[in-house]
Amino acid sequence: MSEQTEPVRFEPGEHVAVRAAHPPGHVRTPAYVRGCEGVIERLCGTYPNPEEMAYGRSGLPAQPLYRVRFRQADLWADYEGGPSDTVDVEIFQHWLQPTGVNNDGTPRRS
Amino acid sequence: MGGQPAGPVARTEHDYALWEKRVDALLVLLSRKDNRQMTVDELRRNIEALGPGVYDSLSYYERWMHSITATLLQHGVLTVDELGRKMADVEHRVARGEL
Amino acid sequence: MEVAVRELLIEKGVLTADQVRRQVEDMDSRTPARGAAVVARAWSDPVFHRLLMADGNAAVETMGLERGPYKLVVVENTPDVHNVIVCTLCSCYPRWLLGLPPDWYKSRNYRSRMVREPRAVLREFGLELPQDTTVRVHDSTADMRYLVLPMRPVGTDEWQEQQLGALVGRDAMVGVAVCASR
Repeated sequence: MSEQTEPVRFEPGEHVAVRAAHPPGHVRTPAYVRGCEGVIERLCGTYPNPEEMAYGRSGLPAQPLYRVRFRQADLWADYEGGPSDTVDVEIFQHWLQPTGVNNDGTPRRS
Repeated sequence: MGGQPAGPVARTEHDYALWEKRVDALLVLLSRKDNRQMTVDELRRNIEALGPGVYDSLSYYERWMHSITATLLQHGVLTVDELGRKMADVEHRVARGEL
Repeated sequence: MEVAVRELLIEKGVLTADQVRRQVEDMDSRTPARGAAVVARAWSDPVFHRLLMADGNAAVETMGLERGPYKLVVVENTPDVHNVIVCTLCSCYPRWLLGLPPDWYKSRNYRSRMVREPRAVLREFGLELPQDTTVRVHDSTADMRYLVLPMRPVGTDEWQEQQLGALVGRDAMVGVAVCASR
C-alpha cells in the first residue's frame, strides 16, 4: 500500500491486547477496553486517524480499523450474563498489540 | 462513559424542533468533503472539551452548537467580533418579535 | 446561537439558506420505515439477504435507498444470538435507515450501562432473554454503523414483504426489542 496507509498487521481470529494508555485529547478507544484482551472479528478497512482529524489535521497515514470481540466476563468481574456474551468494539490498529507483550513491546514475564 | 455506573434508562424521546434539525444540517454541510470547514472528530473533541459540568447542563444539540461555534472560531471561519455583533442583532430582533 | 451562526455563514457565502433547508427536508424523509423495508426484503429474498450481510451499503442501494455515508454492518439475530447496538462515545446511529436517534439512545444511562449490563437494560425495555442466549453488544465507536436484522416472527411464512415491513419497529433494529406478528 502507499505511504498514506499503514500496513495491516492483524488477521481475523488473532488474539490481541488493547494498549493500556490514557493520553489526554480526543481518543476513540473506549476506556473500558484499554488493557483488555480480545479477538479480531474482522478488518473494517482503513480510515484516517480520528485522533489527528480532531485537531484539524489530515489523519494520514490512514490506520487499519478492526472490530475486536471481547468476552464480557473478561471485562467485568461481576458480569451477569453467560460466558458466551460479548461486546464488539471498533479499534484502530495503533491501539492494538499482540498478546503477551508489555506496553513498550518487550515480552511479558508470566 | 461506557461501563460507568448509571441509573435506569428513561425511555424518552421527542420530535426534533426545527432549530435542532438546523444545527444537525449545519454540521453535515460544514463537514462535507467538497466544502469542508470542520470534521465530525473536531465536533466531538470540542464537545468533550466542555467538561462534565457544562456537558450535563446543555441539551444534545446545544452541545453541538457550542462545539460547532468553537470550531469555526478556531479555524477563523468566523471571528469573535462578528459573532458578538450578530448575536446582539439577533437578540434585538427577538425582543422586537421579529424572530 | 444557531440563528447567529447560520446567518453569518450564509452572509459569508460558506453555505446557502437553500442548502440548509434541503438538508432538513432530507432529514425529515429518513424514517425507520426505510430500515423496516430493508429487513422485510431480507426476510423475503435470500439473495438480498446474502448481499445485505456481506455488503450492507450495496444491498440498500439495490432498493433505491441512499447508500449512506458510513459502512453499514448488519448483525443478524438467531434463536441463539441476540444483538444490540450502542455508541458509548457519542451517538453513532444508522441515520440514513432509521432517521435521527431517540433521546434514550443518546442518554448517559443507556450509553454507560449497555456495555456492562445489557441484560438488565434490555429487561427495562421489556425484553427478558434466556440465560443461554448469547448477547452480543456492538459498540459503534468509529466508522461502522450497525443495523440489527431481527428474527422473522413465526407464522408469517405466507406474508408479503409489505405486510412484513409493518412488523418491524425501530427498537427491534437497534436490538432493544423483537418483532412480533401481532
